Amino acid sequence: MNIDIQGLTLEPRRQTYSHIARRFGADRPASRYEEASYDVQATTNFHHRPLYQPEFQIFDPRRTKIVMADWYKFRDPRQLYYGTYNMSRAAMLQAIDKNFDFIEERAMLANVEPAWLEKVKEYLIPMRHYEWGANANNQLITDWGYGTQITSASAFCGADRLGMAQIISRIGLAIDGNTGDTLQAGRNLWLNASYWQGVRKMVEDSFVEADWFQTLVAQDLAMDGVMHPLVFARFDAEGQKHNGVPLSMLSEFMSEWYADNARWVDAVVKTAIAESDANAQLVSAWFAAWAGRAAEAARPLAEHVLGAAGKSAVEEIADKLMTRAAGLGIKA
Amino acid sequence: MPATKKLGLKQKYALMTRGLDWETTYQPMEKVFPYDQFEGIKVKNWDAWEDPFRLTMDAYWKIQAEKERKLYAVIDSISQNNAQLGITDARYINAVKIFIQGVTPLEYQAHRHFAHVARHLRGVGPRIAAQMQSLDELRHAQTQIHTISHYNKFFDGMHDWQHMHDRVWYLSVPKSFFDDAVTAGPFEFLTAISFSFEYVLTNLLFVPFMSGAAYNGDLATVTFGFSAQSDESRHMTLGLEVVKFILEQDEANLPIVQRWIDKWFWRGYRLLSLVGMMMDYMLPKKVMSWAEAWEMYYEEQGGALFADLGRYGIRPPKHEDVARKEKDRISHEVWAIFYNYTHAAAFHTWDIDDEHMRWLSEKYPKTFDQLYRPRLLMWRDMARAGKRFYNNALPQLCNLCQIPMAFTEPDDPTTICFRSSELGGDRYHFCSDGCKEIFDQEPEKFVQSWLPVHQIFQGNCGGASVEDVLKWYHLNLGADNLDYAGSPEQKMWDQWMAGRHVAQAAE
Repeated sequence: MNIDIQGLTLEPRRQTYSHIARRFGADRPASRYEEASYDVQATTNFHHRPLYQPEFQIFDPRRTKIVMADWYKFRDPRQLYYGTYNMSRAAMLQAIDKNFDFIEERAMLANVEPAWLEKVKEYLIPMRHYEWGANANNQLITDWGYGTQITSASAFCGADRLGMAQIISRIGLAIDGNTGDTLQAGRNLWLNASYWQGVRKMVEDSFVEADWFQTLVAQDLAMDGVMHPLVFARFDAEGQKHNGVPLSMLSEFMSEWYADNARWVDAVVKTAIAESDANAQLVSAWFAAWAGRAAEAARPLAEHVLGAAGKSAVEEIADKLMTRAAGLGIKA
Repeated sequence: MPATKKLGLKQKYALMTRGLDWETTYQPMEKVFPYDQFEGIKVKNWDAWEDPFRLTMDAYWKIQAEKERKLYAVIDSISQNNAQLGITDARYINAVKIFIQGVTPLEYQAHRHFAHVARHLRGVGPRIAAQMQSLDELRHAQTQIHTISHYNKFFDGMHDWQHMHDRVWYLSVPKSFFDDAVTAGPFEFLTAISFSFEYVLTNLLFVPFMSGAAYNGDLATVTFGFSAQSDESRHMTLGLEVVKFILEQDEANLPIVQRWIDKWFWRGYRLLSLVGMMMDYMLPKKVMSWAEAWEMYYEEQGGALFADLGRYGIRPPKHEDVARKEKDRISHEVWAIFYNYTHAAAFHTWDIDDEHMRWLSEKYPKTFDQLYRPRLLMWRDMARAGKRFYNNALPQLCNLCQIPMAFTEPDDPTTICFRSSELGGDRYHFCSDGCKEIFDQEPEKFVQSWLPVHQIFQGNCGGASVEDVLKWYHLNLGADNLDYAGSPEQKMWDQWMAGRHVAQAAE
């Protein structure tokens, strides 16, 4: 419709929603991230207690021992909302799809040293189960977390983990020519190989922790902080010596993702710690316990892949993780 | 390297998804999944789950990113071009107000609770289906917030929708509906939301709002609505799959599922009475009447569905006969409630003009002229005499659906329907047998209901006067509430339209 608005003043009567204006102290135009991520969750006057958890309200800040005066301090430095999240991942995927095509067209996986390709099947393919576990843990954060901000970011993180489990599956299918044998073998390793059992036990133990902020520290900071650098950086670097470049290209998504996700995890952990000493102590204790376990659990895997260098590889990664944690305010 | 086998979509999905999960051994499965058995639903084989979407995450990202790119381009253009000038009439915007106050918060709740299902069921198939729906629901909440943000800049009633959703009396109707669903176990939640609401009743929510928007020049709502529809078709498939899966697992599941279908049909139907009012009274350009929509989308389509489910032993929901009897009445009864209480609502009502009455008379030949026209005419006379009717007594609410007790007896449209149950020395009141029976099944759950009128009388809603309560609601008095006639919105709209006429005359 062509409307002539000559002589009309279309002066907005307000710039944004009232709850956004209250939060920022002024009625000013808000960003899409702000309108999508602040105060969307219900906070009061719930009608019923959950049948399965009558000690809590539907949304209840008491589901973690972390205490925040305001649960909307967990601003995502990436400012992701649903639209920008999907566009970002679709763009990252485009590069991966090209890499898959490039490598499959040239049958480049055939150039990888056969002994190394066997190792890849042993360390990389079972990671799909680790990622599935991480998916479950991030769904838990979205389920029981408090506030729109932290729970939408964990929902995106959870989706990323399913995506990565499936990208790893695709790598397995590229290796075995779509029979799925590699995936089946990888699953058996995850369930039975001695060098995977420490990791699997750690993941299963994380499933029964009820405090969702502990889950976040355990999964997204401590466990990932060991497993991702080990598998997608250290093992991958080792592969370079064995013509492993095609596998680096197929795993590119995971490296890029880790850096991106760490920005969010660091911001969240830092904010919780800065809130109070009590929070700092809780997070530090959780981190110490889970980072220690992760390093211990990863060692047999590292030794299986890197031999004698495995132990020091894990130590180096753990040291780096400690430095990163100290930067967030975690006390040793 | 082995020769590469060609994979079909189904095989590819199965390889990339199935087997991601495992039976835990370091921790017992009952401890890892503590919530998926207490409802009594027996599942013998999770692998029998037929993946309804077969959507892998990479495909999801690509498809959704493309949809979002298109949608946000339209949203940008709507605000740049002041597309609000293209709607039929400012009265129409009241439908959008009800949407963001009542529906958007539920989309968000669904996002959170589908994540609960995605974590706490033990089968990988339904968990993946649930988490994709969880993401979709976040999408719907956020795209609605972003689209309606532009209307909020000009129109009233939309500025504090979440705060209002948690407090305002009539928003307790949708809130209590969803709170009931998310506090149930995972299978009841899926039966309630995925099956009863998204599958059986969704067309009665979607079509009225989206067609209403299309008929009334609301490009913004049409755009997010149709963009969301492609997600909804996945959700509907999930709803049907859930119920079939549960029923096929064990015959002992049948009576449990039947009870849930009875319950959630009735709860959904009562909730939709607000949509019925919107359709019949608030759209300047009408799409179809509530009665017509009910006949087409429930009586015909639902009838076929329940005939199909008959092979599992499922019968049509209890009290669908009452819904049939009420279809010529509920939209009028609900409009009357809101006309009475517009001073306490964050949207407007108004005098129904003669042309609109002719339409209502044509659509409701058995009821409108006899039962409702005289009341509307009386209210018109009162308003013209400067005594616009507002009801200053607080209404009695149905303890279950939380709608004021204004529905009438199934066989007598002139007598208010009262039902009640006694428990622990207290009497609980209901608008219908359907609501009473739901209460009686789980009284310990429904005595917890947060009833707005009781809460006001108990002093929990900001103070003792109506004005205190409305301020506690964050209503901008004299703008968000009261009749459309004389509202700031009407003044603004009339100015815009006058400007347009002048401009056209000058050409």
